[in-house]
Amino acid sequence: MAEFTLDDLIAVLKEAAGADEGVDLDDILDVPFTDLGYDSLALFNTVNTIERDRGIALPDETVVEATTPRLLLDAVNRGLAKAA
Amino acid sequence: MAVDNGRRRVVVTGIGVVAPGEAGTKAFWDLLTAGRSATRTISTFDPTPFRSRVAAECDFDPEASGLTQRQIRQWDRTAQFAVVAAREALADSGVSGVNDPVRTGVMAGTACGMTISLDREFAVVSDEGRKHLVDDAHGVPYLYDYFVPSSMATELAWLVEAEGPVGVVSTGCTSGIDVIAHACDLIRDDAADVMLAGASDAAISPITVACFDAIKATTPRNDEPESASRPFDLTRNGFALGEGAAMFVLEEREHARRRGAHIYAEVTGYAGRCNAYSMTGLRVDGNEMAEAIRVALDRSRMNPEDVGYVNAHGSATKQNDRHETAAFKKSLGDHAYRVPVSSIKSMIGHSLGAVCALEFAASALAIEHSVVPPTANLHVPDPECDLDYVPLTAREQRVPTVLSVASGFGGFQSAIVLAGPEWSGA
Amino acid sequence: MTEVVVTGVGVVAPNGWGVEEYWAATLAGRSGLGPLTRFDSSGYRAHVAGEVNFTPEDHLPGRLLPQTDHMTRLALVAAAEALADAGADPAVMPDFSAGVVTAASAGGFEFGQKELRALWSKGPAYVSAYQAFAWFYPVNTGQISIRHGMRGPGSALVAEQAGGLDALAKARRHVREGTALMLAGAVDGSLCPWSWLCLTRSGTVSPRRDPRRAFLPFDADASGGVPGEGGALLVLEAPERAAERGQHRHYGRIAGYAATFDPRPGSGRPPGLRRAIDTALADAGLGPSDIDVVFADASGVAEQDRAEAEVLSAVFGPRGVPVTAPKTMTGRLLAGGAPLDVAAALLALRDAVIPPSVHIAQPAHRDLDLVRDRPRPARLTSALVLARGHGGFNSALVLTR
Repeated sequence: MAEFTLDDLIAVLKEAAGADEGVDLDDILDVPFTDLGYDSLALFNTVNTIERDRGIALPDETVVEATTPRLLLDAVNRGLAKAA
Repeated sequence: MAVDNGRRRVVVTGIGVVAPGEAGTKAFWDLLTAGRSATRTISTFDPTPFRSRVAAECDFDPEASGLTQRQIRQWDRTAQFAVVAAREALADSGVSGVNDPVRTGVMAGTACGMTISLDREFAVVSDEGRKHLVDDAHGVPYLYDYFVPSSMATELAWLVEAEGPVGVVSTGCTSGIDVIAHACDLIRDDAADVMLAGASDAAISPITVACFDAIKATTPRNDEPESASRPFDLTRNGFALGEGAAMFVLEEREHARRRGAHIYAEVTGYAGRCNAYSMTGLRVDGNEMAEAIRVALDRSRMNPEDVGYVNAHGSATKQNDRHETAAFKKSLGDHAYRVPVSSIKSMIGHSLGAVCALEFAASALAIEHSVVPPTANLHVPDPECDLDYVPLTAREQRVPTVLSVASGFGGFQSAIVLAGPEWSGA
Repeated sequence: MTEVVVTGVGVVAPNGWGVEEYWAATLAGRSGLGPLTRFDSSGYRAHVAGEVNFTPEDHLPGRLLPQTDHMTRLALVAAAEALADAGADPAVMPDFSAGVVTAASAGGFEFGQKELRALWSKGPAYVSAYQAFAWFYPVNTGQISIRHGMRGPGSALVAEQAGGLDALAKARRHVREGTALMLAGAVDGSLCPWSWLCLTRSGTVSPRRDPRRAFLPFDADASGGVPGEGGALLVLEAPERAAERGQHRHYGRIAGYAATFDPRPGSGRPPGLRRAIDTALADAGLGPSDIDVVFADASGVAEQDRAEAEVLSAVFGPRGVPVTAPKTMTGRLLAGGAPLDVAAALLALRDAVIPPSVHIAQPAHRDLDLVRDRPRPARLTSALVLARGHGGFNSALVLTR
């Protein structure tokens, strides 16, 4: 399956959890989600959407441990590789 | 007006319970003191598509509980629980016929209202979600009573013939404490002498299970349903959904004394605070709950050392158990390490708004019977939760006072304090 | 006992966005009722509503949108207006000194319909994490508390359409026991197909299609009520605490309150509305002759209108007090209607003018001095607001200058 990219993630974030105006979602790979205005609920919705749309199951800890977009992208792509 | 140090005091004179397992206060107390868990695989619908398939269900037989065919057909399960529990509380208190209707009120708590009926009827009128424009022709006549949960308060008011203040208090999973607190305020403010108060929730339905699945708050321990709820245990992984109701007759103390009523306990103080932080999350420091506890003790004119037992929220999420433990240490100081703390959610699951009313019942019964109910399923203590959680076995000991607490979605943190009738510290 | 005054008001209503726009429309007799536009109502038993349509992106952070029902968005807007009006920023006040009490009826029902539909048509994995709270009864209290950093007492009450006054009374109690500032009231409403089906099962909604003829309380041609959305949130403080933070201006005080319940139909005992009024007046230390205007519950159901008119005549004497129902311009806003009436009553006290009731061409109750079509200037020092809820709830609130 195709790699899950930052652009994919941004699209899911906007859809599942919204985005505040004035928050620039470029160049955010290492910015903590909390600094971007996304709390654990937003991440649950985001992770649930990714799992559902890509047909993968990520570990329960993902929401707690993937604190930045880079960490979440890594987790998703590990999940995709495992499912492949 | 009866006053003591310038204030009216409120006592508990009747208890009624519908809890997981068999209905009735006695069965509930037997379950708790035996340390038995009532959690099992969900039986009321097919749980196969869900992440968490465990719940603590009530073995509730509406007919045997005295409901009529019309009531069984018309009333949501939440209202049925409430009325059956209320009848037991009224019979227990002996207040019926003695109370003046205009000085009697009702406060019902609920987190989820008539969820099962709304979930079921929506599936019918929407053709299982196919239609946005739901079908008027297939809507049952009772939909408005499911729409507004105050319909439950109406049934309770008619039951107790209340013509004073009547309503519903809904604050998510702190509803059961907040509704009792509000009813006590109405008695203290001289708006009523008798309040029927408590909470009911029967929300083990697909929509509820699905939304807790979505935030992974409920336990996925589907292969060990009987021990799925493990508060303060290192292996805990979320709460087990429950259902139930507990209703109480609350009375102004002199009103109860004059008629020679049995007094279980006095409600000496309570307080609620918001965390203003997250609709579902808790701050690890436990500051808001600690503040609620401090204020509730202050209003009870008690010191931390006066607390004889802490009935914890103990939902069995890591977040809650640590938050709560921090709050106890912050508010009770060293006494937090000495006082027994237990979570009956280990046995009856988490029935959302109703559960802290059930916990209030357990607190009053602990005082009455001098027994501290245990935390079941606690075999491997979480090193970060280092208090005395009364693992596995009930403890016989005098319980002069109880502090009961709860956390709820919306950020609500509540604490309530009860004292035995012989408590003289207040 | 500690005096409790209203230092800030926030309003969203079908006939006006914000306090001053609502008040100007209300004095001008401009109605916000119209044909339901949110969905096709042709398959249902009612067709007129009081809608509040707005672009949420213009008023709220984008992050809040996926997690809020329409009525919560409206409540957040009203809360911000009320706090700004009071000149208060709870986030900079001492910890735990500001709280929130709102009233609700059915919660965020439109959000709930969306998620129920996802569940049934696609499966559990499609249910939003936000469903855990976005629909529930205290959602507005929680979201307002978070947005403004209000960490004091928080609660939500439900008593169908009477709960809004109960919320104000509960907030008054919190101020009296020492909380510096309480935001209280209700913004409510639910206009989606699933709620509309439930609402029309109440048996109290008008089936008429003409917005000018659908909601006619106290009229010989009354045919039921019209559902609307919106309401009001108020800032309550003790005047000396408000003064400490530099706020000396207030709209009036919450002087009296009572709630009662009707006996079971057929019991032969009298309904509770009169006792609610008597007890609220006693709580305020006032008599009927002290009340200058009544904001009626005005259900639009003929039998309930008659009961209310008879009670008003019995308490105040025939045509003994001016009575008005500005909700003829907004519809009945579930829990939000009574707090909106409280806002209107406070503005009436401020401006010495009674807002009118509209569309009532054939008054059915000779003993009722109904203020119709045009505002009536009057010296006002006190007002009584009444609210009743389906199932037997009665609440009464007394306001004084």
